[in-house]
Amino acid sequence: MDMEMKMEISESVYKPIVEGDGQAKVDVKNLAVYYSKFRALADINLSVHEQKITAIIGPSGCGKSTLLRSFNRMNDLTPGCRVQGAISLDGEDIYAPGVDVVDIRRRVGMVFQRPNPFPKSIYGNVAYGPRLYGIRRKSDLDEIVEKSIRQAALWDEVKDKLHQSGLSLSGGQQQRLCIARALAVEPEVVLMDEPASALDPISTLRIEELMQDLKKEYTIIIVTHNMQQAARVSDYTAMMMIDDQRAGRMIEYDRTNTIFTRPKDKRTEDYVTGRFG
Amino acid sequence: MSHFAELMDRNRVSRGRQRKVANATMLSLTGLVTALALIPLFWIIGYVLIRGGKNINLDFFIHLPRPLGMTGGGVLSAIEGTLVVTFLAALFAIPPGVLAAFYAARYPNTPLGVVLRFSTDVLSGVPSIVVGLFAYSAIVVPMGHYSGLAGGAALAVIMLPTIIRTTEEMLKLVPATLREASLGLGAPEWKTSLSVLFPAASSGIVTGFLLALARAAGETAPLLMTTLGNERFDIGQIFRAGVQGHKSVFTILWSIVNQPVDSLPLALWKYAQQPYPERVQQAWAVALVLMLFVLIVNISARVWIQNRSRRMKG
Repeated sequence: MDMEMKMEISESVYKPIVEGDGQAKVDVKNLAVYYSKFRALADINLSVHEQKITAIIGPSGCGKSTLLRSFNRMNDLTPGCRVQGAISLDGEDIYAPGVDVVDIRRRVGMVFQRPNPFPKSIYGNVAYGPRLYGIRRKSDLDEIVEKSIRQAALWDEVKDKLHQSGLSLSGGQQQRLCIARALAVEPEVVLMDEPASALDPISTLRIEELMQDLKKEYTIIIVTHNMQQAARVSDYTAMMMIDDQRAGRMIEYDRTNTIFTRPKDKRTEDYVTGRFG
Repeated sequence: MSHFAELMDRNRVSRGRQRKVANATMLSLTGLVTALALIPLFWIIGYVLIRGGKNINLDFFIHLPRPLGMTGGGVLSAIEGTLVVTFLAALFAIPPGVLAAFYAARYPNTPLGVVLRFSTDVLSGVPSIVVGLFAYSAIVVPMGHYSGLAGGAALAVIMLPTIIRTTEEMLKLVPATLREASLGLGAPEWKTSLSVLFPAASSGIVTGFLLALARAAGETAPLLMTTLGNERFDIGQIFRAGVQGHKSVFTILWSIVNQPVDSLPLALWKYAQQPYPERVQQAWAVALVLMLFVLIVNISARVWIQNRSRRMKG
């Protein structure tokens, strides 16, 4: 890569917050993530707005998933992974010493790329989280299970077979079950890692509609490869790319509408218009 | 049409014929070899069925062996002995095997994990007679007598590598995101393992148990040096005597495992080398019982797996 490109990246100081748009729920400051010696993310600054959908886009291997997994400290599970900088949730640094990881993971839920229900009943899948946090009474669990499955727009399809295996559902239903499972512990932020990429277009549409409902209560951060999806569902979009040392950097962050119609960075424009990536 | 296309086109017909001939030849060759490979299996099963089937009857299952010269009698002692020894083997092998497998699957690249995997492979290559010798010197000699306990321990060593390897493989097949989903909900590691990882791998793990069990049940050499054989072994009798003597349940169970026991492979081995036709006939019947026992364990393991995976997929 030539000098000009290097310059461009090191100067890519975008505004981490889009002003006048309500409160920041999650605040990322100078985040860098290392896998052993390899720097996977560098200089990430980002403010995620409460009760909005923030999309993270960018070409494969640019660290989108690594960034997403930093929000609930899922990176802790990867051997050799180190995090520098700070991520705060409601102003509290989640990487500060003494912070309870379990508490962070309850407040920041996660939905994965492929539907991954536990080998349990539909009910057992959704009740798994609440049970972890000490809810034992059957009437309480029943209430949480119904509420969560309703929120995930799955209730009518499964209400008569709550005790069948979660794996007996179709792919799209399984993914909504996984969303219900994540919602059951009443998180504040929901992370979604390409939640529809393994689903057919109709199931994808349902997940997208569901996200619009969910943002009334939750702050959603979604990683997606699908430009149309980012444009359709999100309020804010963060564009990421790797620099010449293969570290992922955020090159632009703005309202989705702006990113897709008047991006400031040429590379963002190229990417969202499909000229590369 | 270009020059090359013409060249390539020229031998189209003969090439097609060539391909068909080659296809048919290879297909019949592989089919033939497959059939050849199946012959020993069906031969053994058929032969044992015919020779053993002639000599088998209900008495065979419910009576102790009778002295030579008397007709009738059965191999109850051997059947009971095999059940006792394989049960003990499962009891000794499954808990440590599963835990070791969990360690190997979870921490594959730690020094202990590497050593564990390597020594498991070595252990599976140790001849079973050597395992018998080990159990003899480690258990029979210190205890001063042969016992079902020593036989169970020997078979446990035989089962251990199979259990560790299959359990490890099955745990590794569970998608990483399943584990992450549980940890992502805030579940601790032990809870994730117990209520997500193991249930997801359970059907494969149980198959591993059953296959290891079926293999151990047919072992002769380790039992020769540990259980000795005991044609008077009768659990019912031991129980009755124990109850009449007002012994505790523990004492009764202990006396079952703490004495020499018979077993099917051992009975087969003993009977088959005797010069009396009725014993040889009984050896065939024992072979049939042993074979059916192993086949039933194997087949039920596979059927159970299939039903389970079908149920899981709906």
